[in-house]
Amino acid sequence: MTNEEIKEYISAHAPNATFEETGEWLNIIIEAAEWKALATAIKGNPLQMDFVFCLTCVDWKTHLTMVYHLTSTKQRHNIVIKANLTIDQPQIETVAGIWRTAEFHEREVFEMFGVHFSNHPDLRKLILEEDFKGFPLRKDFEDPINMIKL
Amino acid sequence: MYNQTEIIKDTTELGPEGELVVNMGPQHPATHGVLHLVVTLNGETIKKIEPHLGYIHRSIEKMCESLTYRQFIYVTSRMDYLSSHINNTACALLVEKGMQIEVPERAQYVRTILNELTRIASHELWIGAMAMDLGAFTPFFYAFREREMITEIMEDTCGARLTMNYIVPGGLMYDIHPTFQNKVKAFIKQFKEKVVEYEDLVTNNVIFQSRTKGVGILSAEDAISFGCTGPVARASGVNCDIRKIAPYDVYAKVEFDEVIETAGDSFARYMVRIKEMNQSIRIIEQLIDTIPEGDFVGKTKNVLKLPKGEFYQRVETARGEFGVYIVSEGGTTPHRIKFRSPGFSNLSALSHMAEGSKIGDLMATMGTLDLVIPDIDR
Repeated sequence: MTNEEIKEYISAHAPNATFEETGEWLNIIIEAAEWKALATAIKGNPLQMDFVFCLTCVDWKTHLTMVYHLTSTKQRHNIVIKANLTIDQPQIETVAGIWRTAEFHEREVFEMFGVHFSNHPDLRKLILEEDFKGFPLRKDFEDPINMIKL
Repeated sequence: MYNQTEIIKDTTELGPEGELVVNMGPQHPATHGVLHLVVTLNGETIKKIEPHLGYIHRSIEKMCESLTYRQFIYVTSRMDYLSSHINNTACALLVEKGMQIEVPERAQYVRTILNELTRIASHELWIGAMAMDLGAFTPFFYAFREREMITEIMEDTCGARLTMNYIVPGGLMYDIHPTFQNKVKAFIKQFKEKVVEYEDLVTNNVIFQSRTKGVGILSAEDAISFGCTGPVARASGVNCDIRKIAPYDVYAKVEFDEVIETAGDSFARYMVRIKEMNQSIRIIEQLIDTIPEGDFVGKTKNVLKLPKGEFYQRVETARGEFGVYIVSEGGTTPHRIKFRSPGFSNLSALSHMAEGSKIGDLMATMGTLDLVIPDIDR
């Protein structure tokens, strides 16, 4: 599908979505509340976005942005979906039930950025220790003992 | 909530439903690194596997935020240390894409050859280690004999036998060694003679076949849903070779087949890797005699500054799709960097694949995932 067709389809399911096409792939900025419904819609026909090849988060100091890189293994089109979250209470619906790879990736984002994924089946730390304090990949994180500043 | 000390203490006592919790790792000969699996068993049948990661977590992503675009490439060799050239290529390609640096053809050819040699070396090590996990010791020495030739080529080229750093934004760090082409040809000759021995020793081995066939089955739908890539997904019949989907360097110019198997079991994953080595040889043969003369590195500025924006580069490592995602603010260091490691997603499918099988089969299932722990933990 061309970018125009994708945009049309997504606008129908997420009316507040805005688009940006300066990069390599079509970027879609949505509201966090719309994400679950949109995810269900784009997984099925006609977009068939069945493969999340990158799921991560970016700290902009004022807010966090969730970034989902999606592709279709059947039609080979790529899109990037972004959702801005507040820095005080970052919360977004999980998509672990739609793409199972999201379960591990969301756990990683949860411990590294402190984003809370509601309805996640098993939301706890994956890489860090249980009693680790703070969110290491946030910009304001400082570890007085182990961190080397360059 | 999981409590580490509690689980380790209680392994000899049965749980409320008669289940037994066994800790596999973090020091276990078959995990080839510090991977900790908490296996819940019902008798000998696996009910659930919970991986506990982070024993070798170095927070490479955070570290890279304070490194320049020339420096961060060297850290990536320490993630998937068996595919270091390919990881470096991904980073170099991303910087070249972002800054529109032109790479000389000579560098592209050498990069592709080195990437394929790396892939063969990685698969060789995997065959040896995997057969050893299943109790066959001889293949390990056979595999390391050929791998040694590649390691020597790498040593001549860039001075390192592991964690090679040779690829820089714009091309290569140095020109190739004068004996490079001859040594690669000698390797191809030996490999073609000796790969038959693997077939006799491992592929046609009845014990090996009965331990891997029908074990750890992963369907195509599950492979896609779990984000599996590389030989793991291709053994389940998923077309996911980045070299075909989004060719980089000179992959678009060479002829090779994407190896696909449909059984989805451990034996299929083994076959994919064996066949991939032959395809890699095919790629090298097409390129080795036609390396163009000329510069080995393009013109670049001393200080690299990626323009403001977001960049993503995908490459095919020996384990699957490796991705680099960089958010740049226009400075000399990235604002945010994310490495999409193939092992992380492949590991997430382990519990699903091993569920319901015997604990003895876990070695075969986990072995054929080809996990490299520093790649998973990052």
